[in-house]
Amino acid sequence: MNLWLWILIACALAYLTKLVGYFVPAKLLESPRIMHVAGTMTIGLLASLTAVNAVASGQGLVLDARIGALVAAAVALWLRAPFLVVVISGAAAAAVLRLLGWG
Amino acid sequence: MTSGPAPMKLRESPAFKIAVSLSIATGLYGVSFGALAVASGFDFWQTMVLSLLLFSGGSQFAFIGVVAGGGSGVAAMTASALLGLRNGIYGMQINAMLRPGGWKRYISAHITIDESTATASGQSDPDEQRRGFWTAGIGIFILWNIFTAIGALAGDAMGDPKQWGLDGAAVAAFLALLWPRLKGREPWAIAAACALATILAVPFVPSGVPILVAAVVAGVIGWFSHARMDEGLEPDVDPYAEKHQRDHEGKK
Repeated sequence: MNLWLWILIACALAYLTKLVGYFVPAKLLESPRIMHVAGTMTIGLLASLTAVNAVASGQGLVLDARIGALVAAAVALWLRAPFLVVVISGAAAAAVLRLLGWG
Repeated sequence: MTSGPAPMKLRESPAFKIAVSLSIATGLYGVSFGALAVASGFDFWQTMVLSLLLFSGGSQFAFIGVVAGGGSGVAAMTASALLGLRNGIYGMQINAMLRPGGWKRYISAHITIDESTATASGQSDPDEQRRGFWTAGIGIFILWNIFTAIGALAGDAMGDPKQWGLDGAAVAAFLALLWPRLKGREPWAIAAACALATILAVPFVPSGVPILVAAVVAGVIGWFSHARMDEGLEPDVDPYAEKHQRDHEGKK
């Protein structure tokens, strides 16, 4: 598998998606269905990526230090911390839990 | 920068000021993308190409997130492309708002992301919309790439990513990208349904595919949804957060 190839295809698709908005007549894209799908797709994929990164390990499900990261990030977001602080909270929680010998 | 608002005026422009502070806030977290990409096994230039050419935070994190979880390149590419669909909507909105002509369209398309679109949409004067879009788009592009490079170099020097909790950082990053979009009951329900579908699928399909299962669930929900039109189309960093906060408190 050539990772470079998929990276470049992903880049091309990302740019073409953006460009489509500029060239396709607004009426076609402004349909409520397309707007909804674009929105729910964003929410659904980000939720899915959060879940996979929190509990999946290959084809197994595990509860390890990453759960601590999830909780720490949620608390930081609840306190309206900026993005970078949230990410650092997640990393710190996972690192500390590992240091304590869990996960 | 583009169709010439005088530089003297720029400093007084609210859209310009908002766009500059937004560029700094958003650009900075490029450092977490760079570090995570390297920790996920991408080399320096693969990481940079994602920031330079793909240039859409969520899709970039999705691509490296799928690969980090052992998913294939095809799955990573698909997740990234699906997560970028909303940029097509933004392109249409910016095109209707600013009507960029000729070659400018091709450049504005590249910097059409959550934050530049949100900055422009929050202004009512067409000149301010234009300043907001271009300043946020170009500002974030430059800073995002500089900080991606810094993150990638730092990540390379860090050694064992797990010891530093970088897998925890990835979880936190995805939650932080999701969080601003969870306004109201329906987004929470969609997020819960998709997270559950993913977890149920993990033991049965190859890595990376559970995310695509969630995409199908999300697509079906969206197709039959009657929610508000802009659901899920919020920026990661809200350029008008303070104003929204004030409006919200004013209502109480």
